[in-house]
Amino acid sequence: MTEAADNSTFGIQCDDLSLWYGSFQALYNVSTQIKPGIISGLIGPSGCGKTTLLRCCNRMNERLGNVRTQGRVLVGGKNIYDADVSLIELRKSVGMVFQRPNPLPLSISANILFGLQLHDGRRLSRSQQAEIVESALTEVMLWDDVKDRLKMKATGLQLEQQQKLCIARLLPLKPAVLLMDEPCSALDAEGTEAIEELLTNLRGRYTILIVTHNMGQASRISDECLFMLNGLLVEHGPTSQVFLKPRDKRTEEYVEGRYG
Amino acid sequence: MSDPADIPAKALFVATPAVRRRLRSQRVAVVCLSLASLAIFLPLAAVLIGLVKKALPALTWEFIVDVPRKGMTAGGIWPALVGTLYFVTLSLLAAAPIGILAGIYLNEFARDNWLTRVINLAVVNLSGVPSIVHALFGVAAFVIMLRWGQSIRAASATLAVMVLPVIIVATKEALSAVPRSFREACWNVGATRWQTIRTVVLPNSIGGILTGVILAVSRAAGETAPIMVTGAIFYKVVARGDLFPYSINEQGMALSYHLYQISRNVPNMPESMLYATALVLVVFVLAFNSVATVLRVRLRRRKKW
Ligand SMILES: Nc1ncnc2c1ncn2[C@@H]1O[C@H](COP(=O)(O)OP(=O)(O)O)[C@@H](O)[C@H]1O
Ligand SMILES: [Mg+2]
Repeated sequence: MTEAADNSTFGIQCDDLSLWYGSFQALYNVSTQIKPGIISGLIGPSGCGKTTLLRCCNRMNERLGNVRTQGRVLVGGKNIYDADVSLIELRKSVGMVFQRPNPLPLSISANILFGLQLHDGRRLSRSQQAEIVESALTEVMLWDDVKDRLKMKATGLQLEQQQKLCIARLLPLKPAVLLMDEPCSALDAEGTEAIEELLTNLRGRYTILIVTHNMGQASRISDECLFMLNGLLVEHGPTSQVFLKPRDKRTEEYVEGRYG
Repeated sequence: MSDPADIPAKALFVATPAVRRRLRSQRVAVVCLSLASLAIFLPLAAVLIGLVKKALPALTWEFIVDVPRKGMTAGGIWPALVGTLYFVTLSLLAAAPIGILAGIYLNEFARDNWLTRVINLAVVNLSGVPSIVHALFGVAAFVIMLRWGQSIRAASATLAVMVLPVIIVATKEALSAVPRSFREACWNVGATRWQTIRTVVLPNSIGGILTGVILAVSRAAGETAPIMVTGAIFYKVVARGDLFPYSINEQGMALSYHLYQISRNVPNMPESMLYATALVLVVFVLAFNSVATVLRVRLRRRKKW
């Protein structure tokens, strides 16, 4: 894929991105390109800035006080830190999934329709609503489990199902990018497997950037891999290369250390 | 070192002297704690029982709906009861919207700067101001400056100022109890802050907010000082059972003030009427508090997170 193609589709490009929490610098001049339509894994030890980098991509960090960002983050070629960017429109196309599943205390279908209803003042017909709910839930492979209880409160689902729902909730807005912050860390092995299967299912249709502390997971599901250490992006390449032939000594130590 | 197999099975998992000592100190603690809770409950029970006993001879339906007769020493308390409803309702109409909106602003929108901190400090301090000081403020601000004179509206405004911090604090607490993850979930599908508040934060904190409002009611109903000098009156001619006897530009009777007057300034007051008036006031306040409690428990059970 050429550079021009990257920018015309919705990849993510970080240019010299630095971020401070007060006086503490959490990101140091991160520059890289996340290719569109693939799954990129973001790995690194705890506290290295993975979450911070992820949250830069839809400007979630700004909700905290005393955060200062420098540099550019381009999504689909547009610098999202430009003055004319509306956070509301941005978040529509760049969705985020959190460490702990956070369904809203509403019914399953209300969770799915929530985003759409915020944006379109107009009412959707019942059949349109049903269609949207079904297609979103099918896409995350949750439809068969919950199709008989769409009116049930989402907070009563199993954690794994909740997390799937949190992914499904983003889809009706037709996002280009999905950011996931350790989406499996609250789940058991089975749940993790289910989410991984679902990710594979989504591959190609969305640009996915997923933080994980599970090296096995990174190697199983990601096409490319980014390794971070102390706020620096140390290495970024095809997953097989990062794991098997790391260019950087630090990546090698980390990858091997984890494998023992 | 002894072989594990040598230890007789009987001695396994038996409390050692050290463990027994720890259990003993726990028992002492539990006894102290429960005695302390009893010490809270007993006076309340004693007060209630005492009140009911002494009030019983005077406590009839007539006592509630009749007007005072023979210089207060006969008849009932209807004008005072209705007056209290007036004061409480009007003060809430003013304080609840302002308090809730201010609480929302302070918790959801205000940035953490010196102005916000000053306002928060003011809210906290306002709730610590003695009610007689509120009364003087009410006289200066509403009775004199706004030229409302001694009137129901001046007294209600004074009460509103007094209960405002109660409502603001309760609102803020209820809002901040809504998990941050709910808000993030909303922001992430492109909700504005206001949409987030309307669709998710408020529905999940309404119980706490209402609790605050109801506590404000019981505070407003019970106070004497703030209305004594701003709009309460000793006696007013009112028709028996009339639901709307007052205009807000004139003074009105109130239960708390009535009680104060008949217990100090009315000669030959039958004791049972005194206690019956007190009982009605207490029940009025307790009823609101119980509603608040039930509401809180109900809403807490309904939401699950
Ligand atoms: N809100 C914050 N305020 C101050 N420091 C923070 C904040 N969030 C994260 N940090 C710091 O920034 C660094 C990176 O954090 P984070 O991005 O959460 O790491 P990771 O997700 O890789 O574990 C950590 O040292 C952390 O302590
Ligand atoms: Mg993290």
